[in-house]
Amino acid sequence: MTLAEKKPLIEVKDLKEYFMINTGIFRSKPLKAVDGVSFSINKGETLGLVGESGCGKTTVGRTLLHLYKPTGGEIWYDGKQIKSKADIREFRKKATMVFQDPYSSLNPRMTVADIIGEPLDVHKLCASKSERQERILELMGYVGLNSEHAARYAHEFSGGQRQRIGIARSLAVNPDFIVCDEPVSALDVSIQAQVINMFDELQEKLGLTYLFIAHDLLVVRHISDRIAVMYLGKMVELAPANEIYDRPLHPYSKSLLSAVPVPDPKIARANQRIALTGDIPSPLNAPSGCPFRTRCKYATEACAESMPEFREVSTGHFVACHRIDEIND
Amino acid sequence: MALLEVNHLQTSFFTDAGEVKAVNDVSFTLDRGKVLGIVGESGSGKSVTAYSIMQILAGTGKIIGGSVKLDGQELVGAGEKVMKNIRGNKISIIFQDPMTSLNPTYTIGKQLIEAIMLHTPRNKKQAKERAIEMLKLVNVNEPEKRMKQYPYEHSGGMRQRVMIAMALACEPDILIADEPTTALDVTIQAQILELMGQLQEELGMAIIMITHDLGVVAQMCDEVIVMYAGSICEQGTADEIFYNPRHEYTKGLMRSIPTADTAGHRLQPITGTPIDLLNMPEGCPFAPRCDNAMKICIHHRAERMQINDDHAAACWMNVKKGVEDGSIEIDSETATEGGDDLG
Repeated sequence: MTLAEKKPLIEVKDLKEYFMINTGIFRSKPLKAVDGVSFSINKGETLGLVGESGCGKTTVGRTLLHLYKPTGGEIWYDGKQIKSKADIREFRKKATMVFQDPYSSLNPRMTVADIIGEPLDVHKLCASKSERQERILELMGYVGLNSEHAARYAHEFSGGQRQRIGIARSLAVNPDFIVCDEPVSALDVSIQAQVINMFDELQEKLGLTYLFIAHDLLVVRHISDRIAVMYLGKMVELAPANEIYDRPLHPYSKSLLSAVPVPDPKIARANQRIALTGDIPSPLNAPSGCPFRTRCKYATEACAESMPEFREVSTGHFVACHRIDEIND
Repeated sequence: MALLEVNHLQTSFFTDAGEVKAVNDVSFTLDRGKVLGIVGESGSGKSVTAYSIMQILAGTGKIIGGSVKLDGQELVGAGEKVMKNIRGNKISIIFQDPMTSLNPTYTIGKQLIEAIMLHTPRNKKQAKERAIEMLKLVNVNEPEKRMKQYPYEHSGGMRQRVMIAMALACEPDILIADEPTTALDVTIQAQILELMGQLQEELGMAIIMITHDLGVVAQMCDEVIVMYAGSICEQGTADEIFYNPRHEYTKGLMRSIPTADTAGHRLQPITGTPIDLLNMPEGCPFAPRCDNAMKICIHHRAERMQINDDHAAACWMNVKKGVEDGSIEIDSETATEGGDDLG
């Protein structure tokens, strides 16, 4: 990992994404998938984003790239706010996405060369056919595919190789920033490590910045410089990777991290899990105040009244909890 | 006597492209009250091993050899009538995906009652009582209300609890859990694993835990089988497998997991891609991906070798090591084939 320069490439301020859900014939209600999330990612840095399904982590990634129109908030790229359609078009040449499912994210009727070449065509980045072909082969080289693979179709490849095709496609426009949405979750352990290494190598070689969304906390710790934890559309903690693992402060982060099964029998047997009772509430009926209070053993009346502020408790370590000082003595 | 004895089990799928040997000579025993983990990647044959025990293979699949003995009773070739009595009563299974294992058009209660009435001589009223009792056992709150609800009204964790309740309703001797928590979030996974461990202790059943997650294995299992390309490459107690792996594939798996110490470094992946079961190499199936593969590995499959009382592996590296320190003598034929590799 390169030492991240201390200049934010991506800045997200109070991002909101509400989906209107029909609850009756003439009634609808906002589902607050992302509700006021702020963070920044420095150049060359990897920010890990973790949380349970339904917490809004994928929506953050997609809204960030304007795949969904944000309901509120600001997105800044390299010191410039992304607002108009022209901004978005330019932004998409600089920011791309790698999807979770390598089986459904590649068009089965296109050859590998056409899949990787499509962004080049969309953004008219190649003047001639031969230039396009050269660029495609270069991209395939980046991800460890051979030139002979170019004329084949996606179904001829294994999951790991498909994910490589997806990564080559995301690199086609020569981006600075990639949103990686669970890019290794669908892969076998032995293949997972190959792809993770490739993300690391590409970052070094091309100076990429990643937003790495995943639910596998071991993978996220390995790849990220900083990690953000989300719960029910809100960010509850953000800290450097090692710090959040060694000293999580938010009660939710604590139980989330303690729930990770450690691949070491002696540690696993001794591990004291901080059990969470119940399920994550529906975002349609999110609790008032702190979203985690219904499952938090430290919750008091104050937690029901107001959402705790997302504040910096030590350098670079942000937490949103009313009782942070009392419970971490 | 072991509760379950599987000997030289062979299961193949006969497809248009040819015979796929999904399970190739698998043997193990399972004692009462023990948790056995079967790990391996997709296509390693771990699920097919379980389905063969239950005899719930897809139409093209067939057990072509070996035996499965439950409490001394042979199940292979015993016929559907016997198996109907075994499934659910003696051996139960829960599947990976709790979203699709329940029928969306019936209430939870109806499905539970149906399963209980099918396997036990209870009438409807008794079956309902039993269903509520089981839901309480797996920590479902308000079971009476839950019984009247449909699967879509339950979260993933809740549905998996219902599946466990259904599987345990007839107090089976063996519970087969096929990736029971893969589709769940870690916090819910922790709840389900804890529940399974607790029930296993209370009811004294044995569990076969099929998973690709070594973390789950470390937490749950007494014994572990590592499978690759339909064969067992290594088996032993959890401590032996994790702290003293003796097969190159197991070692590779352990190395490739990210840990606290790997941050900022490269992982050490297993190179290459998983094997194509239609084109199996003649030697060790892992040899094409193995960094330490020797000449003999390419042409000859290593036999299973006992490392110690609690541990066996099928890898030529162990033979090599044994020859080097003088603990193993090999016959002249093996020595000729092994060439310089085995000393």
